[in-house]
Amino acid sequence: MLEYEPNIVLSNAEYNEVGKRPIRHDGAEKVTGQARYGADIRLPGMLHGMVLRSPHSHARIKSIDTRHAEELPGVHAVVTAGDLAQPSSRVVDLAEGVLHNMRFLSNNILAADKALYKGHAIAAVAATSPHIAEQALALIQVDYEELPAVLSAEEALKPGAPLLHERLATMSNANLRPGGTLDDDDPTDGSNLANQFEFRLGDVEQGFREADVIIEHETATAAIHQGYIEPHAATAQWNSDGTLTLWSSSQGHFNVRDQTARLMDVPVSKVKAIPMEIGGGFGAKTLVYLEPVAAALARKAGHPVKVMMSRTEVFEGTGPTSGTQIQVKLGATKDGRLVAAEAHLTYEAGAFPGSPVSPACQCMMSPYDIPNAWVEGFDVVVNKPKSAAYRAPGVPAAAFAMETAIDLLCEKLGVDPLAFRLRNSAKEGTRAPTGPVWPRVGFAETVQAAKDHPHYAAPLEGPYRGRGVASGFWRNNTGPASATAIIHNDGTVKLIEGSPDIGGTRTSVSQQFAEVLGIPVTDVSPSVGDTDSVGFTSVTGGSGVTFKTGWAAYEVAQEIKRKMIERAARIWDCEVGEVEYDNGVLQHAKDPEQRLTFKQLAARQNPTGGPITASAGVNPGGAGPSLGTHIVDVEVDPETGKVTILRYTAVQDAGKAIHPSYVEGQIQGGAVQGIGWALNEEYFFDDKGHMLNSSFLDYRMPTSLDLPMIDTVIVEVANPTHPYGVRGVGETPIIPPLAAVANAISHAIGVRINQLPMSPGRILETLWNEQSRNGG
Amino acid sequence: MPEVWLPPRMQRLTGGAQRVTASGRNVRQLVESLERAYPGLKAELYDDEEDILMPGIAVIVDGETSQLGLLERVDENSEVHFLPALGGGV
Repeated sequence: MLEYEPNIVLSNAEYNEVGKRPIRHDGAEKVTGQARYGADIRLPGMLHGMVLRSPHSHARIKSIDTRHAEELPGVHAVVTAGDLAQPSSRVVDLAEGVLHNMRFLSNNILAADKALYKGHAIAAVAATSPHIAEQALALIQVDYEELPAVLSAEEALKPGAPLLHERLATMSNANLRPGGTLDDDDPTDGSNLANQFEFRLGDVEQGFREADVIIEHETATAAIHQGYIEPHAATAQWNSDGTLTLWSSSQGHFNVRDQTARLMDVPVSKVKAIPMEIGGGFGAKTLVYLEPVAAALARKAGHPVKVMMSRTEVFEGTGPTSGTQIQVKLGATKDGRLVAAEAHLTYEAGAFPGSPVSPACQCMMSPYDIPNAWVEGFDVVVNKPKSAAYRAPGVPAAAFAMETAIDLLCEKLGVDPLAFRLRNSAKEGTRAPTGPVWPRVGFAETVQAAKDHPHYAAPLEGPYRGRGVASGFWRNNTGPASATAIIHNDGTVKLIEGSPDIGGTRTSVSQQFAEVLGIPVTDVSPSVGDTDSVGFTSVTGGSGVTFKTGWAAYEVAQEIKRKMIERAARIWDCEVGEVEYDNGVLQHAKDPEQRLTFKQLAARQNPTGGPITASAGVNPGGAGPSLGTHIVDVEVDPETGKVTILRYTAVQDAGKAIHPSYVEGQIQGGAVQGIGWALNEEYFFDDKGHMLNSSFLDYRMPTSLDLPMIDTVIVEVANPTHPYGVRGVGETPIIPPLAAVANAISHAIGVRINQLPMSPGRILETLWNEQSRNGG
Repeated sequence: MPEVWLPPRMQRLTGGAQRVTASGRNVRQLVESLERAYPGLKAELYDDEEDILMPGIAVIVDGETSQLGLLERVDENSEVHFLPALGGGV
């Protein structure tokens, strides 16, 4: 049995089910292999789809000849971009602030006139076996005119650089992440700069004049992948009534339905998306890649079609997060008060506009109270896979720049980095660099908890060892969410939730439902409903599910409670106001003999008025921000450049931790991904933009053998707007590790590395350069 | 009157002012009021095809991101920000 260290509970309410650690409802299915993932669908007459991908990073598609492939026995269909709708470039919001330029989305799924990165999907085949499909791909003749590729933002912004999209407009609006195109009659030249925007607060120039100490700092990070275990897989079937059924694992099957419907040019009511279990997403499965391809193949073939990606296709054909270049300038007074901050962030969007530079700009300075700030963002298209969301999109790289700059500032000021953060921490009422005033946040509390943690005071002796700290902020999201409950006669409950469950949310949502009704969470059986079985629910993203879908379940439970009270009043022939409901027991207020448990009343539901069911749809505001502070000890081997993580502690404000084990798991998972980002992970491209490490053998992610136990401390500063005080927790923990590890390495080797990953090669190079500089 | 904070891009329409006042009891009325005082702002904030706040714009009223957009109520002392909405990744 695991022993859990006590977390720090600052919220002041006690609950029966909320805050406990029940066994997850989906655990048995997953550990016994019964859970069904995207690839597990098998249907009668089902064909196998495969995708032909571009061998070039940038090429004009002059023609595609599919005749020989179509003639191969066993081949039932071949599709190209012409088989998908080519919607306008109008930006649409498919809920939760995730914007889509549907034209770009369509052209990313199947290239139209140009291949924009190696691995860009060109055509797809459906055949009776994967082997025949693979043979058929080789028979498709594509006439490419190879074009010079631009492989970095710096190259892309040079005058005269090859343009990816000849009519791409440079937006100056952080709102329009996916970019736009010039009107036909607009004489302006196209650009690789998709967007340039800024945020300003106070007077930055004056702020720097007030500063006694100023540091300037520049960082760079490579594109890295989300690295989910389960590759993308989708199956599509057109039914005899003209409707389309989709099976896939995603972070939002309503999003899958809506995006596929638009690209198939059919109403959403004609499409049913069935969610499968998901083997990781981390943001990248908020987009569709295969579902429209499977649907187009199935429509043409008249058979259901399943398409799956290989690991190489996942790396080369789906979104990594952006490579970045960031300049930061900070100013502070001698007594350690931040008075000015300036940052310029350039993010590679990949082949289509829409890097996460906007959230990066909005979050990087948010842990702090800075009166004068200027943040500027640049979104640049390059001939690499289109970037996709990755856990706190854009923010870890920005925090790498900001939090290492803070460390430099602290070194210059000679102050303790946690004391500095405490001094400058954002609190309730602090104005964010983007303007709004923060509600109740728990940043100072996490810094204090980190400062008080035994880890921070523990001696760290020996050469090449160092300790680093860093903090991170994520605003957390919400959105529309739905849930439905059915009360069984045996007193158990079927709870249908609209959110795909990535991190144990079936249980954390059920706990909130059970808490309202005073029943054990083990009596609730949750499942994720398909798009025809539960109300619209926005994506599992933004760390929002326990907040928003938990809220929907809370409202469903309130409605069930109200109906139960009505039934009891009917049985006892009294007014509903005379029925008390407490902890799963209904009681007549004036007659203690009249008493029914939830289970007893559930058994009597049909003769007292029929089945008791309830549904709720909500779109709640008030998703409270979450902040965290991490401490890490490292040891660097000067002979090999290998970095060993000796000890790691992550402290985070989770609001009320509905299921503390899941919160701890999210914190640990985020920290590990951040450590991988810091030390190992990167897309290696050759000079033609071809990825050289598109397998998990060569794309090195940390495993449990590489790392110590990640210690966690949950600080519970309840979110005052949520019924149980929930804040999202999933994204914040990936933000601090990059800078925390960099700060620790800097303290271990006495040299600062400003580029990620800090791989053994880069560390050795840094050490050798330093030795040369010192005449060694 | 409610105080409205505008992002730098829109400040060209307010003569460089970051903060302006506008009248109204909800965000829709604020947008109309802003348009009267600073022509062109409505086109930045309002999607007339869908009759919604421009996709991707979040309105933050008194520190809370609104889920009601144009329908969000404001009071005399409200502080209103129009900012890019944030998508998420987990």
